[in-house]
Amino acid sequence: MRLGLFGRRGPQAVEQYGAPGRGSGTAISAVTIIVILGGWWVVTQLGLIRPLFLPAPEMVISKFARIACTEHYFEQLLVVAGGLAEVQAKCHGFSDHALHEHILWSLYRVFGAFALATVTAVPIGISMGMSRHARGVFDPPIEFYRPIPPLAYLPLTIIWFGIGESGKLFLIYLACFAPIAINARAGVRSVSIEQIHAAYSMGASHRQVLRQVVLKAALPEILTGMRVAIAFGWTTLVAAEMVAAKAGIGVMVLNAARFLATDIVFLGIIVIGAVAFVFDLIMRRVERALVPWKGRM
Amino acid sequence: MTAVVSLNRVTVEFPAVDGEGVVRALDDVSLDFRDNEFVVALGASGCGKTTLLNVIAGFLQPTSGEVLHRDEPIRGPGSDRGVVFQKHALLPWLNVLENTEFGLKLQGVAKDERLSRARDYLALVGLSDFERYPVYQLSGGMQQRVGLARALTCDPDMLLMDEPLGALDAFTRENMQELVLDAWSKTRKVVFFITHSVEEALFMATRLIVMSPRPGRITHTYDIGFCRRFLETGNARAVKSSPEFIALREEILSIIYGEETGDVLP
Ligand SMILES: Nc1ncnc2c1ncn2[C@@H]1O[C@H](COP(=O)(O)OP(=O)(O)OP(=O)(O)O)[C@@H](O)[C@H]1O
Ligand SMILES: [Mg+2]
Repeated sequence: MRLGLFGRRGPQAVEQYGAPGRGSGTAISAVTIIVILGGWWVVTQLGLIRPLFLPAPEMVISKFARIACTEHYFEQLLVVAGGLAEVQAKCHGFSDHALHEHILWSLYRVFGAFALATVTAVPIGISMGMSRHARGVFDPPIEFYRPIPPLAYLPLTIIWFGIGESGKLFLIYLACFAPIAINARAGVRSVSIEQIHAAYSMGASHRQVLRQVVLKAALPEILTGMRVAIAFGWTTLVAAEMVAAKAGIGVMVLNAARFLATDIVFLGIIVIGAVAFVFDLIMRRVERALVPWKGRM
Repeated sequence: MTAVVSLNRVTVEFPAVDGEGVVRALDDVSLDFRDNEFVVALGASGCGKTTLLNVIAGFLQPTSGEVLHRDEPIRGPGSDRGVVFQKHALLPWLNVLENTEFGLKLQGVAKDERLSRARDYLALVGLSDFERYPVYQLSGGMQQRVGLARALTCDPDMLLMDEPLGALDAFTRENMQELVLDAWSKTRKVVFFITHSVEEALFMATRLIVMSPRPGRITHTYDIGFCRRFLETGNARAVKSSPEFIALREEILSIIYGEETGDVLP
Protein backbone atom coordinates (compact mmCIF):
# COMPACT_ATOMS: atom_id res chain seq x y z
CA MET A 1 0.00 0.00 0.00
CA ARG A 2 1.49 3.31 -1.05
CA LEU A 3 0.14 6.57 0.14
CA GLY A 4 0.59 9.41 -2.29
CA LEU A 5 3.43 11.77 -1.51
CA PHE A 6 1.01 14.40 -0.33
CA GLY A 7 -1.93 12.11 0.23
CA ARG A 8 -3.76 11.55 3.45
CA ARG A 9 -1.92 10.07 6.37
CA GLY A 10 -2.26 6.41 7.27
CA PRO A 11 -4.44 5.50 10.22
CA GLN A 12 -2.95 7.10 13.30
CA ALA A 13 -2.09 4.77 16.14
CA VAL A 14 -4.09 5.27 19.32
CA GLU A 15 -1.97 7.04 21.93
CA GLN A 16 -0.67 4.58 24.48
CA TYR A 17 -0.87 5.29 28.18
CA GLY A 18 2.52 6.40 29.46
CA ALA A 19 4.11 6.61 26.01
CA PRO A 20 6.94 9.17 26.27
CA GLY A 21 5.98 12.59 24.91
CA ARG A 22 2.32 11.81 24.37
CA GLY A 23 0.06 14.31 22.65
CA SER A 24 0.57 16.98 20.01
CA GLY A 25 2.99 19.84 20.60
CA THR A 26 1.81 21.91 17.62
CA ALA A 27 -0.34 24.37 19.57
CA ILE A 28 2.44 25.02 22.04
CA SER A 29 4.92 25.54 19.20
CA ALA A 30 2.57 28.09 17.64
CA VAL A 31 2.47 30.00 20.94
CA THR A 32 6.27 29.89 21.19
CA ILE A 33 6.64 31.33 17.71
CA ILE A 34 4.11 34.07 18.40
CA VAL A 35 5.86 34.98 21.65
CA ILE A 36 9.25 35.19 19.95
CA LEU A 37 7.99 37.28 17.03
CA GLY A 38 5.87 39.45 19.32
CA GLY A 39 8.80 39.98 21.68
CA TRP A 40 10.99 40.94 18.76
CA TRP A 41 8.44 43.45 17.55
CA VAL A 42 7.81 44.98 20.99
CA VAL A 43 11.49 45.30 21.88
CA THR A 44 12.33 47.07 18.60
CA GLN A 45 9.17 49.19 18.70
CA LEU A 46 10.10 50.49 22.14
CA GLY A 47 13.59 51.24 20.89
CA LEU A 48 15.19 49.15 23.62
CA ILE A 49 17.86 47.77 21.29
CA ARG A 50 19.61 49.64 18.49
CA PRO A 51 18.72 48.47 14.95
CA LEU A 52 22.38 47.68 14.36
CA PHE A 53 22.02 44.84 16.84
CA LEU A 54 18.39 43.97 16.32
CA PRO A 55 16.57 45.42 13.31
CA ALA A 56 12.80 45.76 13.51
CA PRO A 57 10.73 43.08 11.75
CA GLU A 58 9.36 45.63 9.29
CA MET A 59 12.91 46.60 8.32
CA VAL A 60 13.64 42.99 7.48
CA ILE A 61 10.39 42.74 5.54
CA SER A 62 11.11 45.86 3.54
CA LYS A 63 14.63 44.56 2.81
CA PHE A 64 13.01 41.36 1.64
CA ALA A 65 10.75 43.30 -0.75
CA ARG A 66 13.73 45.25 -2.02
CA ILE A 67 16.12 42.34 -2.50
CA ALA A 68 13.49 40.01 -3.85
CA CYS A 69 12.43 42.80 -6.25
CA THR A 70 8.79 42.10 -5.50
CA GLU A 71 7.61 45.30 -7.19
CA HIS A 72 9.64 44.61 -10.31
CA TYR A 73 8.28 41.12 -10.71
CA PHE A 74 4.76 42.18 -9.86
CA GLU A 75 4.86 44.74 -12.67
CA GLN A 76 6.30 42.14 -14.99
CA LEU A 77 3.31 39.96 -14.18
CA LEU A 78 0.97 42.83 -14.98
CA VAL A 79 2.71 43.36 -18.32
CA VAL A 80 2.23 39.73 -19.21
CA ALA A 81 -1.39 39.92 -18.13
CA GLY A 82 -1.80 43.01 -20.29
CA GLY A 83 -2.62 45.41 -17.45
CA LEU A 84 0.54 47.49 -17.85
CA ALA A 85 2.55 48.74 -20.82
CA GLU A 86 6.08 48.36 -19.46
CA VAL A 87 7.97 47.56 -16.27
CA GLN A 88 8.90 50.70 -14.34
CA ALA A 89 10.32 49.38 -11.07
CA LYS A 90 14.03 48.51 -11.06
CA CYS A 91 15.41 45.29 -9.63
CA HIS A 92 18.35 46.10 -7.37
CA GLY A 93 18.78 42.87 -5.44
CA PHE A 94 21.86 42.59 -3.30
CA SER A 95 25.43 42.02 -4.44
CA ASP A 96 24.18 42.21 -8.05
CA HIS A 97 21.70 39.40 -7.63
CA ALA A 98 18.03 39.24 -6.75
CA LEU A 99 17.03 37.12 -3.77
CA HIS A 100 15.78 34.22 -5.87
CA GLU A 101 19.13 34.03 -7.65
CA HIS A 102 20.91 33.81 -4.33
CA ILE A 103 18.51 31.09 -3.25
CA LEU A 104 18.87 29.16 -6.50
CA TRP A 105 22.66 29.24 -6.31
CA SER A 106 22.58 27.92 -2.75
CA LEU A 107 20.00 25.29 -3.64
CA TYR A 108 22.15 24.19 -6.55
CA ARG A 109 25.20 23.81 -4.30
CA VAL A 110 23.42 22.06 -1.45
CA PHE A 111 21.37 19.73 -3.64
CA GLY A 112 24.13 19.06 -6.13
CA ALA A 113 26.40 17.97 -3.31
CA PHE A 114 23.57 16.13 -1.59
CA ALA A 115 22.70 14.18 -4.75
CA LEU A 116 26.34 13.25 -5.30
CA ALA A 117 26.62 12.19 -1.68
CA THR A 118 23.47 10.08 -1.91
CA VAL A 119 24.49 8.15 -5.01
CA THR A 120 27.94 7.41 -3.59
CA ALA A 121 27.27 7.03 0.14
CA VAL A 122 24.30 4.65 -0.12
CA PRO A 123 26.20 1.94 -2.03
CA ILE A 124 29.26 2.42 0.17
CA GLY A 125 27.23 2.28 3.38
CA ILE A 126 25.36 -0.80 2.18
CA SER A 127 28.59 -2.53 1.24
CA MET A 128 30.04 -1.63 4.64
CA GLY A 129 27.09 -3.35 6.24
CA MET A 130 27.33 -6.37 3.96
CA SER A 131 31.05 -7.06 3.85
CA ARG A 132 33.84 -6.89 6.36
CA HIS A 133 36.25 -5.96 3.58
CA ALA A 134 34.32 -2.85 2.64
CA ARG A 135 33.89 -2.03 6.31
CA GLY A 136 37.61 -2.41 6.90
CA VAL A 137 38.43 -0.11 3.99
CA PHE A 138 35.91 2.67 4.53
CA ASP A 139 35.53 2.77 8.29
CA PRO A 140 38.82 4.51 9.19
CA PRO A 141 38.59 7.43 6.72
CA ILE A 142 34.93 8.10 7.45
CA GLU A 143 35.31 7.92 11.20
CA PHE A 144 38.41 10.11 10.99
CA TYR A 145 37.02 12.98 8.97
CA ARG A 146 33.46 12.87 10.33
CA PRO A 147 34.01 14.88 13.54
CA ILE A 148 36.26 17.50 11.90
CA PRO A 149 34.43 20.82 11.39
CA PRO A 150 34.19 21.71 7.68
CA LEU A 151 35.81 25.11 8.36
CA ALA A 152 38.98 23.24 9.34
CA TYR A 153 39.38 21.61 5.95
CA LEU A 154 37.99 24.50 3.96
CA PRO A 155 41.55 25.77 3.19
CA LEU A 156 42.43 22.32 1.92
CA THR A 157 39.51 22.25 -0.51
CA ILE A 158 40.69 25.62 -1.86
CA ILE A 159 44.21 24.31 -2.37
CA TRP A 160 42.90 21.18 -4.08
CA PHE A 161 40.00 22.54 -6.09
CA GLY A 162 40.72 26.25 -6.38
CA ILE A 163 38.03 28.84 -5.77
CA GLY A 164 35.52 27.55 -8.34
CA GLU A 165 32.31 25.66 -7.77
CA SER A 166 33.87 22.22 -7.36
CA GLY A 167 35.56 23.10 -4.06
CA LYS A 168 32.27 24.39 -2.66
CA LEU A 169 30.43 21.28 -3.80
CA PHE A 170 33.13 19.09 -2.33
CA LEU A 171 32.89 20.74 1.07
CA ILE A 172 29.13 20.23 1.26
CA TYR A 173 29.50 16.77 -0.23
CA LEU A 174 31.76 15.73 2.62
CA ALA A 175 29.28 17.04 5.15
CA CYS A 176 26.45 15.03 3.55
CA PHE A 177 28.41 11.87 2.88
CA ALA A 178 29.12 10.59 6.39
CA PRO A 179 25.58 10.59 7.81
CA ILE A 180 24.19 8.81 4.74
CA ALA A 181 26.92 6.17 4.71
CA ILE A 182 26.67 5.55 8.44
CA ASN A 183 22.89 5.28 8.38
CA ALA A 184 22.88 3.01 5.34
CA ARG A 185 25.31 0.75 7.14
CA ALA A 186 23.13 0.73 10.25
CA GLY A 187 20.12 0.03 8.04
CA VAL A 188 21.68 -3.16 6.79
CA ARG A 189 22.10 -4.22 10.39
CA SER A 190 18.40 -3.68 11.03
CA VAL A 191 17.37 -6.54 8.73
CA SER A 192 16.20 -9.42 10.87
CA ILE A 193 17.98 -12.72 10.37
CA GLU A 194 14.54 -14.32 10.05
CA GLN A 195 13.75 -12.18 7.01
CA ILE A 196 17.00 -13.24 5.38
CA HIS A 197 16.56 -16.90 6.27
CA ALA A 198 12.97 -16.83 5.02
CA ALA A 199 14.12 -15.46 1.66
CA TYR A 200 16.86 -18.07 1.29
CA SER A 201 14.48 -20.87 2.17
CA MET A 202 12.14 -19.68 -0.57
CA GLY A 203 14.92 -20.10 -3.08
CA ALA A 204 16.43 -16.60 -3.15
CA SER A 205 19.93 -16.03 -4.50
CA HIS A 206 22.41 -13.81 -2.65
CA ARG A 207 21.70 -11.07 -5.12
CA GLN A 208 17.96 -11.31 -4.59
CA VAL A 209 18.41 -11.22 -0.83
CA LEU A 210 20.52 -8.08 -1.18
CA ARG A 211 18.16 -6.28 -3.54
CA GLN A 212 14.77 -7.44 -2.37
CA VAL A 213 15.30 -7.83 1.36
CA VAL A 214 18.36 -6.00 2.67
CA LEU A 215 18.01 -2.84 0.57
CA LYS A 216 14.31 -2.55 1.31
CA ALA A 217 14.77 -3.15 5.02
CA ALA A 218 17.54 -0.55 5.10
CA LEU A 219 15.41 2.08 3.38
CA PRO A 220 13.99 3.72 6.54
CA GLU A 221 17.45 4.30 7.88
CA ILE A 222 18.81 5.45 4.54
CA LEU A 223 16.07 8.07 4.45
CA THR A 224 16.91 9.13 8.01
CA GLY A 225 20.52 9.53 6.91
CA MET A 226 19.43 11.65 3.96
CA ARG A 227 17.40 13.87 6.23
CA VAL A 228 20.33 14.40 8.55
CA ALA A 229 22.61 14.95 5.55
CA ILE A 230 20.47 17.68 4.05
CA ALA A 231 20.53 19.51 7.38
CA PHE A 232 24.33 19.17 7.50
CA GLY A 233 24.45 20.48 3.95
CA TRP A 234 22.69 23.71 4.95
CA THR A 235 24.94 23.99 7.98
CA THR A 236 28.01 23.85 5.77
CA LEU A 237 26.64 26.16 3.10
CA VAL A 238 27.86 29.45 4.60
CA ALA A 239 31.35 28.04 5.08
CA ALA A 240 31.38 26.84 1.48
CA GLU A 241 30.29 30.25 0.19
CA MET A 242 32.91 32.13 2.21
CA VAL A 243 35.40 31.82 -0.59
CA ALA A 244 34.91 33.77 -3.81
CA ALA A 245 31.25 33.01 -4.41
CA LYS A 246 29.34 35.65 -6.37
CA ALA A 247 25.85 34.62 -5.39
CA GLY A 248 24.27 32.52 -2.69
CA ILE A 249 22.44 33.10 0.55
CA GLY A 250 25.66 32.56 2.47
CA VAL A 251 27.37 35.19 0.34
CA MET A 252 24.50 37.55 1.00
CA VAL A 253 24.81 37.12 4.75
CA LEU A 254 28.60 37.48 4.71
CA ASN A 255 28.59 40.57 2.53
CA ALA A 256 25.80 42.16 4.56
CA ALA A 257 27.80 41.55 7.73
CA ARG A 258 30.73 43.40 6.22
CA PHE A 259 28.52 46.49 5.71
CA LEU A 260 26.87 45.97 9.11
CA ALA A 261 23.53 45.56 7.30
CA THR A 262 22.03 43.59 10.13
CA ASP A 263 18.57 43.51 8.55
CA ILE A 264 19.95 41.65 5.53
CA VAL A 265 21.86 39.28 7.78
CA PHE A 266 18.55 38.55 9.49
CA LEU A 267 16.84 38.11 6.17
CA GLY A 268 19.50 35.62 5.01
CA ILE A 269 19.29 33.65 8.22
CA ILE A 270 15.50 33.48 8.02
CA VAL A 271 15.64 32.39 4.37
CA ILE A 272 18.14 29.60 5.11
CA GLY A 273 16.05 28.46 8.05
CA ALA A 274 12.84 28.52 6.04
CA VAL A 275 14.28 26.67 3.04
CA ALA A 276 15.90 24.03 5.27
CA PHE A 277 12.64 23.63 7.18
CA VAL A 278 10.61 23.17 4.00
CA PHE A 279 12.96 20.48 2.77
CA ASP A 280 12.85 18.72 6.11
CA LEU A 281 9.06 18.69 5.84
CA ILE A 282 9.29 17.26 2.34
CA MET A 283 11.69 14.57 3.53
CA ARG A 284 9.28 13.64 6.29
CA ARG A 285 6.47 13.34 3.75
CA VAL A 286 8.68 11.20 1.56
CA GLU A 287 9.43 9.01 4.57
CA ARG A 288 5.78 8.57 5.37
CA ALA A 289 5.00 7.70 1.79
CA LEU A 290 7.92 5.35 1.17
CA VAL A 291 8.33 3.64 4.54
CA PRO A 292 4.94 3.71 6.28
CA TRP A 293 5.96 0.65 8.27
CA LYS A 294 8.81 2.48 10.00
CA GLY A 295 8.76 1.82 13.75
CA ARG A 296 5.70 -0.39 13.44
CA MET A 297 7.22 -3.80 12.81
CA MET B 1 9.76 -46.00 1.78
CA THR B 2 12.67 -43.59 1.69
CA ALA B 3 12.67 -40.71 4.09
CA VAL B 4 12.00 -37.18 2.87
CA VAL B 5 14.69 -35.91 5.19
CA SER B 6 16.99 -38.04 7.24
CA LEU B 7 19.63 -37.16 9.79
CA ASN B 8 22.39 -39.64 10.31
CA ARG B 9 24.44 -39.36 13.52
CA VAL B 10 24.40 -35.58 13.41
CA THR B 11 26.51 -33.68 15.90
CA VAL B 12 26.63 -29.90 16.15
CA GLU B 13 29.13 -28.11 18.35
CA PHE B 14 29.40 -24.41 19.14
CA PRO B 15 32.34 -22.71 20.78
CA ALA B 16 31.52 -22.22 24.46
CA VAL B 17 30.83 -18.72 25.72
CA ASP B 18 33.91 -18.65 27.96
CA GLY B 19 36.03 -19.43 24.90
CA GLU B 20 37.16 -22.79 26.25
CA GLY B 21 35.79 -26.08 25.04
CA VAL B 22 32.58 -26.52 23.10
CA VAL B 23 28.84 -26.73 23.62
CA ARG B 24 27.27 -29.82 22.11
CA ALA B 25 23.96 -28.49 20.86
CA LEU B 26 23.23 -31.82 19.17
CA ASP B 27 24.91 -35.06 20.08
CA ASP B 28 24.78 -37.96 17.65
CA VAL B 29 21.18 -37.41 16.59
CA SER B 30 19.61 -39.75 14.04
CA LEU B 31 16.09 -39.08 12.81
CA ASP B 32 13.97 -39.81 9.73
CA PHE B 33 11.06 -37.76 8.45
CA ARG B 34 8.68 -39.79 6.30
CA ASP B 35 5.89 -38.69 4.00
CA ASN B 36 2.93 -37.04 5.64
CA GLU B 37 4.43 -37.11 9.11
CA PHE B 38 3.89 -34.37 11.67
CA VAL B 39 6.93 -34.48 13.92
CA VAL B 40 6.92 -32.30 17.01
CA ALA B 41 10.01 -31.58 19.08
CA LEU B 42 9.55 -30.77 22.73
CA GLY B 43 12.12 -30.03 25.37
CA ALA B 44 13.61 -27.58 27.81
CA SER B 45 15.18 -24.37 26.59
CA GLY B 46 18.64 -24.95 25.15
CA CYS B 47 18.18 -28.62 24.29
CA GLY B 48 18.98 -28.03 20.63
CA LYS B 49 15.55 -27.86 18.99
CA THR B 50 16.33 -24.75 16.95
CA THR B 51 19.74 -26.14 16.12
CA LEU B 52 18.08 -29.28 14.76
CA LEU B 53 15.71 -27.18 12.65
CA ASN B 54 18.56 -24.99 11.37
CA VAL B 55 20.48 -28.06 10.28
CA ILE B 56 17.50 -29.37 8.31
CA ALA B 57 16.78 -25.94 6.83
CA GLY B 58 20.42 -25.73 5.74
CA PHE B 59 21.22 -22.59 7.77
CA LEU B 60 23.78 -24.58 9.74
CA GLN B 61 26.23 -27.30 8.70
CA PRO B 62 26.65 -30.14 11.20
CA THR B 63 30.04 -30.63 12.81
CA SER B 64 29.78 -34.29 11.90
CA GLY B 65 27.19 -36.66 10.49
CA GLU B 66 25.05 -36.27 7.39
CA VAL B 67 21.72 -34.67 6.58
CA LEU B 68 19.95 -35.96 3.47
CA HIS B 69 16.96 -34.67 1.56
CA ARG B 70 15.62 -37.48 -0.62
CA ASP B 71 19.05 -39.09 -0.43
CA GLU B 72 20.86 -35.91 -1.52
CA PRO B 73 23.05 -34.13 1.03
CA ILE B 74 21.66 -30.78 2.20
CA ARG B 75 24.18 -28.06 1.49
CA GLY B 76 22.13 -24.98 2.19
CA PRO B 77 18.62 -23.59 2.37
CA GLY B 78 16.27 -24.29 -0.51
CA SER B 79 12.67 -23.90 -1.55
CA ASP B 80 12.05 -27.63 -0.99
CA ARG B 81 12.08 -26.93 2.76
CA GLY B 82 9.82 -24.07 3.82
CA VAL B 83 10.31 -22.32 7.14
CA VAL B 84 7.77 -20.57 9.38
CA PHE B 85 9.41 -18.42 12.03
CA GLN B 86 8.19 -17.31 15.42
CA LYS B 87 8.21 -13.65 14.33
CA HIS B 88 10.01 -10.84 12.49
CA ALA B 89 10.04 -12.76 9.24
CA LEU B 90 7.42 -10.98 7.11
CA LEU B 91 8.44 -8.14 4.83
CA PRO B 92 6.60 -5.00 5.96
CA TRP B 93 7.05 -3.16 2.64
CA LEU B 94 4.85 -5.79 0.96
CA ASN B 95 1.16 -6.32 1.57
CA VAL B 96 -0.39 -9.66 2.52
CA LEU B 97 -0.72 -10.91 -1.06
CA GLU B 98 2.75 -9.70 -2.07
CA ASN B 99 4.28 -11.40 0.97
CA THR B 100 2.53 -14.61 0.08
CA GLU B 101 3.69 -14.65 -3.54
CA PHE B 102 7.20 -13.44 -2.67
CA GLY B 103 8.80 -16.89 -2.89
CA LEU B 104 7.33 -17.58 -6.33
CA LYS B 105 8.47 -14.17 -7.47
CA LEU B 106 12.02 -15.00 -6.38
CA GLN B 107 11.77 -18.19 -8.39
CA GLY B 108 10.64 -16.29 -11.48
CA VAL B 109 7.14 -17.76 -11.70
CA ALA B 110 4.80 -15.82 -14.01
CA LYS B 111 2.57 -13.25 -12.40
CA ASP B 112 -0.79 -14.91 -13.09
CA GLU B 113 0.24 -18.23 -11.67
CA ARG B 114 1.90 -16.55 -8.73
CA LEU B 115 -1.24 -14.68 -7.82
CA SER B 116 -3.58 -17.61 -8.23
CA ARG B 117 -1.41 -19.87 -6.09
CA ALA B 118 -0.93 -17.21 -3.44
CA ARG B 119 -4.69 -16.63 -3.34
CA ASP B 120 -5.34 -20.36 -2.93
CA TYR B 121 -3.16 -20.53 0.15
CA LEU B 122 -4.48 -17.28 1.58
CA ALA B 123 -7.93 -18.83 1.31
CA LEU B 124 -6.62 -21.94 3.05
CA VAL B 125 -5.50 -19.87 6.04
CA GLY B 126 -8.66 -17.76 5.94
CA LEU B 127 -7.09 -14.46 4.87
CA SER B 128 -8.78 -13.92 1.50
CA ASP B 129 -10.36 -10.69 2.69
CA PHE B 130 -7.03 -9.23 3.79
CA GLU B 131 -5.05 -9.45 0.53
CA ARG B 132 -4.36 -5.72 0.32
CA TYR B 133 -3.62 -5.16 3.99
CA PRO B 134 -0.15 -4.06 5.01
CA VAL B 135 1.21 -6.84 7.22
CA TYR B 136 2.08 -4.47 10.06
CA GLN B 137 -1.62 -3.77 10.53
CA LEU B 138 -2.46 -7.42 11.16
CA SER B 139 -2.75 -9.11 14.54
CA GLY B 140 -0.04 -11.54 15.62
CA GLY B 141 -2.18 -14.56 14.72
CA MET B 142 -2.93 -13.20 11.27
CA GLN B 143 0.75 -12.47 10.69
CA GLN B 144 1.55 -16.09 11.49
CA ARG B 145 -1.10 -17.22 9.03
CA VAL B 146 0.57 -15.09 6.35
CA GLY B 147 3.87 -16.75 7.27
CA LEU B 148 2.26 -20.17 6.88
CA ALA B 149 0.59 -19.28 3.57
CA ARG B 150 3.87 -17.85 2.29
CA ALA B 151 5.76 -21.04 3.11
CA LEU B 152 3.05 -23.26 1.59
CA THR B 153 2.85 -21.21 -1.60
CA CYS B 154 6.38 -22.33 -2.50
CA ASP B 155 5.08 -25.89 -2.34
CA PRO B 156 7.95 -27.37 -0.30
CA ASP B 157 8.28 -31.07 0.58
CA MET B 158 8.72 -30.20 4.17
CA LEU B 159 7.60 -27.44 6.47
CA LEU B 160 9.84 -26.37 9.35
CA MET B 161 8.19 -24.40 12.13
CA ASP B 162 10.13 -22.98 15.09
CA GLU B 163 7.65 -22.14 17.84
CA PRO B 164 5.31 -20.58 15.28
CA LEU B 165 2.56 -20.14 17.86
CA GLY B 166 4.80 -19.21 20.77
CA ALA B 167 4.00 -15.51 20.69
CA LEU B 168 0.21 -15.89 20.50
CA ASP B 169 -2.39 -15.71 23.25
CA ALA B 170 -3.96 -18.97 24.41
CA PHE B 171 -7.20 -18.60 22.47
CA THR B 172 -5.60 -17.60 19.17
CA ARG B 173 -3.06 -20.32 19.72
CA GLU B 174 -5.67 -23.09 19.92
CA ASN B 175 -7.37 -21.80 16.79
CA MET B 176 -4.05 -21.74 15.01
CA GLN B 177 -3.27 -25.30 16.07
CA GLU B 178 -6.43 -26.43 14.35
CA LEU B 179 -5.68 -24.29 11.32
CA VAL B 180 -2.16 -25.71 10.98
CA LEU B 181 -3.47 -29.27 11.24
CA ASP B 182 -6.11 -28.49 8.68
CA ALA B 183 -3.52 -27.05 6.29
CA TRP B 184 -1.28 -30.06 6.92
CA SER B 185 -4.02 -32.57 6.14
CA LYS B 186 -4.93 -30.73 2.95
CA THR B 187 -1.39 -30.22 1.66
CA ARG B 188 0.14 -33.46 2.95
CA LYS B 189 3.52 -31.97 3.76
CA VAL B 190 6.04 -33.39 6.16
CA VAL B 191 6.07 -31.05 9.12
CA PHE B 192 8.72 -30.46 11.75
CA PHE B 193 7.23 -28.36 14.51
CA ILE B 194 8.91 -27.01 17.64
CA THR B 195 6.98 -26.05 20.73
CA HIS B 196 7.32 -25.52 24.46
CA SER B 197 3.76 -26.58 25.15
CA VAL B 198 3.24 -30.24 26.05
CA GLU B 199 -0.43 -30.06 25.22
CA GLU B 200 0.23 -28.52 21.83
CA ALA B 201 2.86 -31.14 21.09
CA LEU B 202 0.55 -34.02 21.96
CA PHE B 203 -2.37 -32.56 20.09
CA MET B 204 -0.52 -31.95 16.86
CA ALA B 205 2.08 -34.67 16.50
CA THR B 206 1.97 -37.95 14.69
CA ARG B 207 5.39 -38.43 16.23
CA LEU B 208 6.60 -36.63 19.29
CA ILE B 209 10.28 -36.41 20.13
CA VAL B 210 11.35 -35.26 23.57
CA MET B 211 14.79 -33.70 23.71
CA SER B 212 17.14 -33.09 26.57
CA PRO B 213 20.01 -30.60 26.96
CA ARG B 214 23.75 -30.81 27.62
CA PRO B 215 24.38 -32.46 25.29
CA GLY B 216 21.31 -32.01 23.10
CA ARG B 217 19.79 -35.35 22.20
CA ILE B 218 16.51 -37.17 21.67
CA THR B 219 15.53 -39.07 24.81
CA HIS B 220 12.00 -40.24 24.05
CA THR B 221 9.93 -40.84 20.95
CA TYR B 222 6.16 -41.36 20.88
CA ASP B 223 4.01 -42.35 17.92
CA ILE B 224 0.63 -40.81 18.58
CA GLY B 225 -2.55 -40.02 16.70
CA PHE B 226 -4.53 -37.37 18.52
CA CYS B 227 -4.29 -35.07 15.52
CA ARG B 228 -5.85 -37.69 13.25
CA ARG B 229 -8.64 -38.10 15.76
CA PHE B 230 -9.18 -34.37 15.71
CA LEU B 231 -9.21 -34.22 11.92
CA GLU B 232 -11.86 -36.96 11.84
CA THR B 233 -14.11 -35.51 14.53
CA GLY B 234 -13.28 -31.80 14.36
CA ASN B 235 -13.64 -31.59 18.12
CA ALA B 236 -10.41 -30.37 19.66
CA ARG B 237 -11.77 -30.07 23.20
CA ALA B 238 -12.96 -33.67 23.21
CA VAL B 239 -9.53 -34.83 22.08
CA LYS B 240 -7.67 -32.73 24.62
CA SER B 241 -9.87 -33.82 27.51
CA SER B 242 -9.84 -37.50 26.69
CA PRO B 243 -8.30 -39.78 29.37
CA GLU B 244 -5.56 -41.06 27.04
CA PHE B 245 -4.52 -37.53 26.22
CA ILE B 246 -4.38 -36.50 29.85
CA ALA B 247 -2.48 -39.61 30.89
CA LEU B 248 0.16 -39.11 28.22
CA ARG B 249 0.37 -35.41 29.03
CA GLU B 250 1.14 -36.18 32.65
CA GLU B 251 3.71 -38.79 31.65
CA ILE B 252 5.55 -36.34 29.46
CA LEU B 253 5.32 -33.55 32.00
CA SER B 254 6.90 -35.81 34.58
CA ILE B 255 9.72 -36.64 32.17
CA ILE B 256 10.43 -32.97 31.61
CA TYR B 257 10.10 -32.02 35.27
CA GLY B 258 12.16 -35.04 36.28
CA GLU B 259 14.97 -33.80 34.12
CA GLU B 260 14.77 -30.30 35.46
CA THR B 261 14.88 -31.36 39.10
CA GLY B 262 17.44 -34.05 38.40
CA ASP B 263 15.19 -36.87 39.62
CA VAL B 264 15.42 -40.21 37.95
CA LEU B 265 11.95 -41.44 37.20
CA PRO B 266 10.95 -45.09 36.96
N1 LIG C 1 25.15 -19.58 17.32
C1 LIG C 1 25.43 -20.19 18.49
N2 LIG C 1 26.63 -20.01 19.08
C2 LIG C 1 26.93 -20.61 20.24
N3 LIG C 1 26.11 -21.43 20.91
C3 LIG C 1 24.89 -21.65 20.38
C4 LIG C 1 24.48 -21.03 19.15
N4 LIG C 1 23.21 -21.42 18.87
C5 LIG C 1 22.86 -22.23 19.87
N5 LIG C 1 23.85 -22.38 20.78
C6 LIG C 1 23.80 -23.20 21.98
O1 LIG C 1 23.34 -24.48 21.61
C7 LIG C 1 22.41 -24.97 22.56
C8 LIG C 1 21.11 -25.30 21.88
O2 LIG C 1 20.51 -24.10 21.41
P1 LIG C 1 19.12 -24.08 20.63
O3 LIG C 1 18.87 -22.68 20.20
O4 LIG C 1 19.13 -25.11 19.58
O5 LIG C 1 18.10 -24.48 21.79
P2 LIG C 1 16.52 -24.56 21.74
O6 LIG C 1 16.16 -25.93 22.14
O7 LIG C 1 16.01 -24.05 20.45
O8 LIG C 1 16.14 -23.57 22.91
P3 LIG C 1 14.84 -22.65 23.03
O9 LIG C 1 13.74 -23.57 23.42
O10 LIG C 1 15.18 -21.70 24.12
O11 LIG C 1 14.62 -21.99 21.73
C9 LIG C 1 22.29 -23.92 23.64
O12 LIG C 1 23.11 -24.27 24.71
C10 LIG C 1 22.83 -22.68 22.99
O13 LIG C 1 23.45 -21.85 23.93
MG1 LIG D 1 14.81 -22.33 19.84
